[in-house]
Amino acid sequence: MIRLERRRRQSRAWALATPVLAVCATVATGMVMFALLGKDPVEAIRTIFWAPLFDPNLASYARPQILVKAAPLVLIAIGLSLGFRANIWNIGAEGQYIMGAIAGGATALALYPLDAWWIFPLMITAGIAGGVAWAMVPALLKIRFNANEILVSLMLVYVAEQLLASVSIGLLRNPDGIGFPGSRNLQHYESAANSELITGTGIHTGVIAAIAVALMVHALLRLHRLGFQIRLAGLSARSAAHSGANPKRLTAICLAAGGGLAGLAGIFELAGPAGQLTIDFNVGYGFTAIIVAFLGRLNPLGIVLAGLLMALTYIGGEMAQFMLNLPAAAIQAFQGMLLFFLLSMDFLSRFRIAFGTARIN
Amino acid sequence: MDLSSINPLLLIATMIAASMPIFFAAIGELVAEKSGVLNLGVEGMMIIGAVCGFVAAVETGSPIAGVFAAMLAGAALSLLFGLLTQLLHANQVATGLALTLFGLGLSALIGQSYAGIKPPSFPQIGFGTLSELPVIGALLFGYDALVYASAVLVVAVWWFLGRSRGGLALRAVGENQDAAHALGYRVVAIRMGAIVFGGACAGVGGAYLSLLRVPQWTEGATAGAGWIALALVVFSSWKPFRVVLGAFLFGGVTLLQLNLQAVGAEINPVYLSMAPYLVTIVALAAISGTGRGAHLGAPGSLGKPFHASG
Repeated sequence: MIRLERRRRQSRAWALATPVLAVCATVATGMVMFALLGKDPVEAIRTIFWAPLFDPNLASYARPQILVKAAPLVLIAIGLSLGFRANIWNIGAEGQYIMGAIAGGATALALYPLDAWWIFPLMITAGIAGGVAWAMVPALLKIRFNANEILVSLMLVYVAEQLLASVSIGLLRNPDGIGFPGSRNLQHYESAANSELITGTGIHTGVIAAIAVALMVHALLRLHRLGFQIRLAGLSARSAAHSGANPKRLTAICLAAGGGLAGLAGIFELAGPAGQLTIDFNVGYGFTAIIVAFLGRLNPLGIVLAGLLMALTYIGGEMAQFMLNLPAAAIQAFQGMLLFFLLSMDFLSRFRIAFGTARIN
Repeated sequence: MDLSSINPLLLIATMIAASMPIFFAAIGELVAEKSGVLNLGVEGMMIIGAVCGFVAAVETGSPIAGVFAAMLAGAALSLLFGLLTQLLHANQVATGLALTLFGLGLSALIGQSYAGIKPPSFPQIGFGTLSELPVIGALLFGYDALVYASAVLVVAVWWFLGRSRGGLALRAVGENQDAAHALGYRVVAIRMGAIVFGGACAGVGGAYLSLLRVPQWTEGATAGAGWIALALVVFSSWKPFRVVLGAFLFGGVTLLQLNLQAVGAEINPVYLSMAPYLVTIVALAAISGTGRGAHLGAPGSLGKPFHASG
């Protein structure tokens, strides 16, 4: 008889192998999906995964773009992963990302056209503060009223989207924009612009920040008491409480970290690649980052790799869109599928397929 | 602002219609949660229901076929959730989120060539002269078949959960999975049933949106209705009739803000559009804070994984 048997401890080898297996399974299923859409599946996969990296005509454009897309995904996913580890489910990063951009953007626009070195750091701080403030709403409601943070943080995404729509055609609209919606373009405001540090590489301050944050969080989880408490809270809330962790404090910290990093990603994106606040400024990084966090196994260094891979599917997806006429939604479904395969294969690391009757432990 | 242009009778009738999508989604989720399963994929199942219902209705010319297609599509997606969480022991929160992300992408893919088409109109149930009665006619006899079906559904769910043997088993599994397992109830099978029922209901809710409420297909048409439905289950303290009341109130808020925007109220439309979400947050905090919702009503094993190891 075939049975599932719970492993006494998670299998390390399987934990590393499952993301790879999940990617393979997604590629296989994706090929079926692309074939059903009437596209050559091999050509589609080649365009998505190979062309952005190695195609001689495209790579020079695509490689920097991968870093540009990966930076916000990695920043947000690392913030979320802290909460996910502790069973605190902030899924409103999209809203915190928007609020970071609005807060930081408003700061910069208020100072326009002043030229000073401190504008950029101030703007970044305001961006973080905007994200933290937005994440504190679910945190406080959870702490004070025990309201479900999943629902509250998600509801606030819709509220933030409305605010974004409002400020980009109202309060923060470009006064010199001859009636066009959207704010001034920060790329043209030197003191606030988050421009490429090395031309042609796509590396902007946000990319550096993403790497720095990954290393810092990696150290925090391994070396600091707080990291231990976060990991413990996810395994057993009661043990964490006995070890002296304050669950309310953990809730606040995890949500603040998620919100702050999402806000940081938002302001880097606004001051750099996006340039201006418009009604469609947010493109779903906050949600895709959830997939990135799981794909990276909630591990900061894993998340960096996962973010790069996910950015590759974005850029490859865009290329497939105009080269093969593959619909944009196909890539979204493809990314969703990846999360499914990951979650379903995860059981291999926690269970063992056993034959014969149960052993008595 | 001219409030007199809002007709109260018509308002109540449209509030009922506005409440239908979240009602269907919430009543299905209530049953799933009563069995101890937290499926956060309601938004995904709803939007798949919305698009499949729409496509089926357009292709066959029959809105009834659309509703059945939506039901099947919602159920199919929820079966995927069941497979992952019940058989492969995947994390319920993460799997629910995956369902929503996947559903949003897949629905956009399925519906891409259907934007801007008008679906066949839904047949009204003919009550003859009854619907011409003053006041009562408009209030009771002027709806589509799904509104009446929803009334039957809520009574059926109430009876099943509270008064039937099967419902008792379902609640036992939700309250204490290990005790229910020890008593010989088949925890996984019962939960699978509840999950699929929830998916089918969410699908119908989605179809109500795309076929009746706003008869057209647009990407992301559900706009958070699935999440509001999830919140609704919490406010209702897992009680079927309170779901009706809650859905009606939320339908009302959504509609009221649209009406106020239409009559040109001197409130910034941005704040009006935020209203349904803000009201959800406030209500959620208020109900959870009293300790009646989150503590006394929630099934004991809600969201906990089950592995029969003994």
